Order: sequence, then C-alpha cells, then structure tokens
Amino acid sequence: METPNLNELAETATSSAPAVKIFGVGNAGAELLDALATSEFAAAAFAVVNTDTAALAAASAPVKIQLENKLLRGLGSGGDPDRCRALAEEQFSTLKSACAGADVVLLVAGLGGGAGSGISPVLARAAREAGALVLAFVSLPFECEGNRREQQAQTALDQLKGAADGVICLPNQKIFKLIDENTSVVDTFRFTGNFLVEGIRGVWQLIARPGLIQVHFADLCTLLRDGHTESAFAFVEASGPARSREVVEKILAHPLFEEGRVLMESDAVLVSLKSGRDLTMAEVNRVMEKINRQCGRAKIIMGASVDPEFKNRLCVTVIAAKGHGSAQSGTVRTETGTTATASASRRSVALEPAGRKRAVIKKPVQGQLPLNIIAKSRFDKSEPTLHRGEDLDVPTFIRRGLALN
Amino acid sequence: MFDDSKVIAGLEIGTSKICVVVGQQGPDGAPNIIGIGQFRSRGVRKGEIVNPEQVEEDLRSALFEAEQMADVEIRSVYLGVTGGHVRGFNNRGLHTVVSADREITEDDIQDVIKNAKAINLPADNSVIHAVRQHFFVDGQDGVTNPAGMLGQRLEVEMHVIHGQVNRLQNAIRLVRGTQIEVDEIVFNGVASSLAVLTGDQKEMGALVIDIGGGTTEFVVYSDGAIRHTGVLAVGGDHVSNDLAYGLKVPLSRAEKLKLEHGAASVDPAAKNRTITITNELGLALNSVNAEHLQRIMSLRLEEIFQLIAGELEQAGLVNYLRAGVFLCGGTSRVPGIVALAENVFQMNVVPGKASAIGGLTSALDQPEFATAIGLVKYGSLKQRQRVKRPPIVSADFFKGMFNRFTQRP
Repeated sequence: METPNLNELAETATSSAPAVKIFGVGNAGAELLDALATSEFAAAAFAVVNTDTAALAAASAPVKIQLENKLLRGLGSGGDPDRCRALAEEQFSTLKSACAGADVVLLVAGLGGGAGSGISPVLARAAREAGALVLAFVSLPFECEGNRREQQAQTALDQLKGAADGVICLPNQKIFKLIDENTSVVDTFRFTGNFLVEGIRGVWQLIARPGLIQVHFADLCTLLRDGHTESAFAFVEASGPARSREVVEKILAHPLFEEGRVLMESDAVLVSLKSGRDLTMAEVNRVMEKINRQCGRAKIIMGASVDPEFKNRLCVTVIAAKGHGSAQSGTVRTETGTTATASASRRSVALEPAGRKRAVIKKPVQGQLPLNIIAKSRFDKSEPTLHRGEDLDVPTFIRRGLALN
Repeated sequence: MFDDSKVIAGLEIGTSKICVVVGQQGPDGAPNIIGIGQFRSRGVRKGEIVNPEQVEEDLRSALFEAEQMADVEIRSVYLGVTGGHVRGFNNRGLHTVVSADREITEDDIQDVIKNAKAINLPADNSVIHAVRQHFFVDGQDGVTNPAGMLGQRLEVEMHVIHGQVNRLQNAIRLVRGTQIEVDEIVFNGVASSLAVLTGDQKEMGALVIDIGGGTTEFVVYSDGAIRHTGVLAVGGDHVSNDLAYGLKVPLSRAEKLKLEHGAASVDPAAKNRTITITNELGLALNSVNAEHLQRIMSLRLEEIFQLIAGELEQAGLVNYLRAGVFLCGGTSRVPGIVALAENVFQMNVVPGKASAIGGLTSALDQPEFATAIGLVKYGSLKQRQRVKRPPIVSADFFKGMFNRFTQRP
C-alpha cells in the first residue's frame, strides 16, 4: 500500500539538472509510463499510483504506490473518482512524501476512469505542496466511452487545472480522424498513448537537456497555466539539407494543426528543437521565423538542444495552447539566445523518429470573439485570402503581434 | 472624325475605380491615348465583382466620360481580369515532326502549342493566356522560331494563366450587358507589364508589381517572355482596413489618413507626433499617432513584397531580374514604397511609367492607369497582328515583341 523506497526517490535529485519525477496515475497512466521507460528518460524517476493491485503488479515502474483500503480489496475503484479522491486525500501525506525532492513532477493519466480522475488532482496538489512544479499530461476519453466518463473527465480536468501548474490535454476523439478504420482497439489506444508520450518527450527535452537555448520550466507552466482550453501538439522530424523547410512544412501540413490555423488561434506556443552538432543558427532561425509568422498573437517559447546521436536529423516538437477567449494581443517572446549565437551556430537540431505530430484539444467553450471579426470588417463577407494557413485579410500588425499603445 | 475601326479601348473594372482608356492606332501602328474615363467603383471586392448592378452603373459613367473625352463611340473593349482565383504555371508540350524532309512547318508549331495547352486544369477553370516562352528542337534550347529548321522532336515551353470560368464570365457578361463587345480578356498583370516595360527590359528580366485597390498582380519576364505570374488578393483596401482597425477610425477616415499621411516606412520624425482629425467644420474630433499609422502601413506593404519575394525565390527567378522591379498601381503612390521594396528585394526598384505608348502624357505618368493603358497596347498589338499576319509568317511577326509570346487559346 505504500512504497518502500521513497527516500531513494528523493535522493535521485541532482544538483544541476532539475530533478524530475514522472507519475503515472491509474491504469492508463501506468501503461503510458511503461512506454516512457526508455533510456532517454533515464534521469527521471518513475512512480506509478493506482488502486488496482493486479494492474500495479504488472507495471514496470520502480516505485509503486497503491492506494487502498479494505473496501476496495485491491480490485480497483470501479471507475468511481469520488472514492479514489477520498482515498488519495486520506493518504495525502504518502503522496506528498513521494514527491519530495523533485523539482518537476510530470503527471501522466487518462481521465475519465476512477483512479486517473480521482487521484490526479490530489497528487498534483500534493506535489505542489512538496515544492515541485507540476505539469500534467492527460487524455480525455473517446466519445463512445459514454457521457459519464466524459463528465468525470471534465470535472477532473477542471480540478487538475486548479491544482497543477500546467495541463496539456489530448482528447482522444481528436485522434479519431487520424486513424484508419481497420485499426484495432488495442492499436488505437497505443496510438493515442504514443501521442501523449511524444508530447512528454518534447517537454522532457526542454528540461533535461539544458541546451543551447534554454527554456525554464516555469516559463512553460506560465504559458500553459492561463486557463487554456485546448492544446495541440505535433512532433515532426526531417533530415537532409532541406530539413528546416521540411520540418516547417510538416508542421503546417499536420492534420491536428488544421493547416496552421490552430497555431494562428493559439495563445501560447512552445517549440522545442533537437538536432546533432551540425545544427546551424540559420536553420533555427528559419524554423522559428516561419512559426513566428504563423502564430500571430501567440506567446512563443522556444528551446533548442543538441544530441550528437541526431546527426543530420532535425526534430521539432510544437505544443500549441489555446485560451478560451483571452484575446490578449500578447507580446511575442522568443528566447532566441543571444548568448547562444556563436556557439550554437554550428549545431544542428536532431530529429527523433518522427514525422508525427499530435494535437491535444480540449473542448472549445466559446467561439470567435467579435473583436476578431472586426479586424477584417471590410472583408468579412468575402472569401478569405488564405496563404499558407494565414488569413491575409486580418491586419498584418495583429498577425505579427505588434502592440500599439 | 476618327475611323472607329482603329479605336482601341481598354477597360479595367478595379476594386477602387473603373477605368476606361481609349487609344487610336497611329499611322505607324503605335497606339496613341486619346481619352480616359474613370469612375469610383463600389461593387468590387478584391478584384472580383460582388454587386453587378452597382458595377454596371459605375461602368456606364466611366464609359461615358471616356467617350466624351475621346470623342468616339466605344463599341468593344479589351477587358482586364484579375482575382485570387487566377493562377499561372509553366508547361511543356511535345510534338514529333512527321514530314519526310523533317522540316518544321507552321502547322507543326501550331500542333506543339496545342499540345502544351492540353493540360489538366480543374474542371471549372479555363485558360486566359497561354504564352510561349521558347522552343526546343531535338533538345536544342532557346529556339525562338523553329519554322524552317530541321528537326524531329519539337518542344515548347508555355506559361499558362488560367482562372475560374464563372468568375471570368461574370465580368464579360456585365460588359456585354451595356451593349459593348469584349474583344478579349487580358490578365491585369500582363496588361500592366505591357504598359510599363520596354522590350529591352523584358529581355533583361524584370518583375512588375501592380498593387491595386483589392489585388496585387505580379509578372516576371525573362529573356523576353513571361516566366511567372501571380495574384495576391491583397491591396490598398487592406491597408485602409488595417488602419481603420488599428487606429480605431471609420474606414472612410482611414482612407483619407492613408492618402494624406501614409508612408511605407516609419519616419523617425513621426515618433510621438499626433495627427488631429477634424470634422468638416474644422473642429477637432480626436487624434491618432502618426508612428502607429506608418507602422501599420509599412508592415502590410512589407508583407506583400515578402510574399512575392518568397514566391519568386521558390520559383528560382530572383537572379534573372537584371532590369529590376517595376511598381505600378494606385498603392505604389505611397511615399517611400520604392525604398521599402528595394529593402525586401535587394535590387533596383523603379516606379513604373507607361513609357511604351504615346499620347496624353499626364495619363501616362499615373501608376494607376498602367493596367488600362496596357490593355490598349495589348489591343493594338493584337490588331496589328491580325492585319499583318496571314498564315505565312513574316519578319515583322518576330519584330513585334508581342507576337513572340502571346497566344490566345
């Protein structure tokens, strides 16, 4: 019912890089965690939290926390988040001590069931109280899973947003259109799971490989925190001399970005590049320039890292978060490193085995604001002038995020 | 007074104005401009007709003015067309010469051109222009006139400009509704480039950008032939709209501010300067920041140039523009736009003048008349071609720039 080696966990924190703990919550979380357990994440500590003894035993994470009381008899919560929440509250101190020593806690869960929906918000709160930054990666159920699960998921999501520093959420339904009809159920879940894993990997690169152009985790959380309702992410890679252009094209062509429209409407965009030592500044610049232009008013955070193994490959993770109508004409903040210029100019961004992007989208609550309609007033009734995903009828200064005051 | 058969009229139904230019074929064959009529246009957005009734009314006014000034009756016009649906691309046609002596005849040339035009267009599109660039005879490049040469394999490079049939027909029907025949439709960008460029400049390679009210057309010439054409459905209207939105003033006021205080780059002197807007009685209503005004304009104009530069770069044409960039259209009057364009294209930029034609000099200097003047030029070249070009190809045929590259479907 609780783990023997919490202290061990706490000690893995090293002084230089932030200590990262990745928690998988519930059955879905445990599965995702297994998928994550590769050498790449060796520096992170894994832990799984569940109510189901059998599922917990099958999980490969070194630290297992079982929340249980006699009522459950190790059979799981039966999909009841309230019961799980009560359990988690009861064992709050256990959870908190499990988070001790971590600078960053990544929380992975599938919302909709009992454990994921019930425990995640409590765990997030525990981790914050233990002094860690908390970023949650969650998936929302397919529509066919029924409205009860959907409601539970939405409730849990709201609670999680309150408790965690940032939430990246992927509605499985959004993935639906990307899989072909003959995909088996098992493969479908693996596919959606992979999407989350890739997102985590992108964030992981940001934190774990303090590379040329650093992104602070807190920046990331600030971006994601402001009550966004949808996020989309893409993970793409290309190699060869034209890789920077190819990468941008792949991002814009990705179905989850809807030809770049999602980028245009998002409020915050995170871009993480990874490549080998042959990454040139010009390439970074080219990718960022295109994305910047595409993003309109979004706040942009970018990071780049170098991995010698990624020779000749460039991989880019883009996470775009969309607020629910916060029409801030945000300043574009691009942390292109002035410090990194000289040394960085010779490096390349490596790509991971990719060519995929994913989008995580939460239910959009509200449509376009009237403000946006005014921007193209003279043209709002005519056919939009679209050029590579940009609506040229919208004033240039708005798309480029210029603040007039 | 004049022989009406020699009167050539060009009609441009633009987004901000409808313009009719009347020319007369001179004794030497070169056209002279003898009349201009224009009227503000209300039923057009982004170069395409959205309110035919209003357009017809405005068109009649413009025609009337032109007829008055030129003292002729306009019976037919060369009609300029544009819009975001117009596209251009290059295509190659192939024909095998079958005659026993392997001499290439005029028929072979017509066949190869026909083959080059047989392309897969979207179902609702039709060809506006198919312009031949140059021929290949058995792989030999750069042949401009293969007639009489020996060869087996004749190929031709064509530039094909096409658009959506229905939208093109809308304009044609509207003009015919006023009892005026349409001789031909001409892509506005092609017309402007005819007015602005001389033969030498076409030979050297040039880019003509016509920034109008609702659209921006651009045409690239190299080696005397059209290499690339394009339309952006963005123009002066967008500038005004940006200003109206950014400065929070009505559109009509924005239009006025653009004309009176606009600039294509931010003038350091404009920093913190405010422009007071007064009503017709001279009372101050509110004020706007001059720096913001100029910044909004410069961003929009710069973007237009960047989009064009990007497209040319993709087509690999940037290094062929030895004569530079020529600007025309009403928006090219914005102060400082030449410097802005030079900055983006990194080459010589010239405000285009309709130098390739004679007549009313005051009209020739106006960049916004370039399209309509070019239409007259197109017409005069066509008519000369008709007179001078029976089936046998004469030497004159190749002297006229136009004949060399223009072919109508």
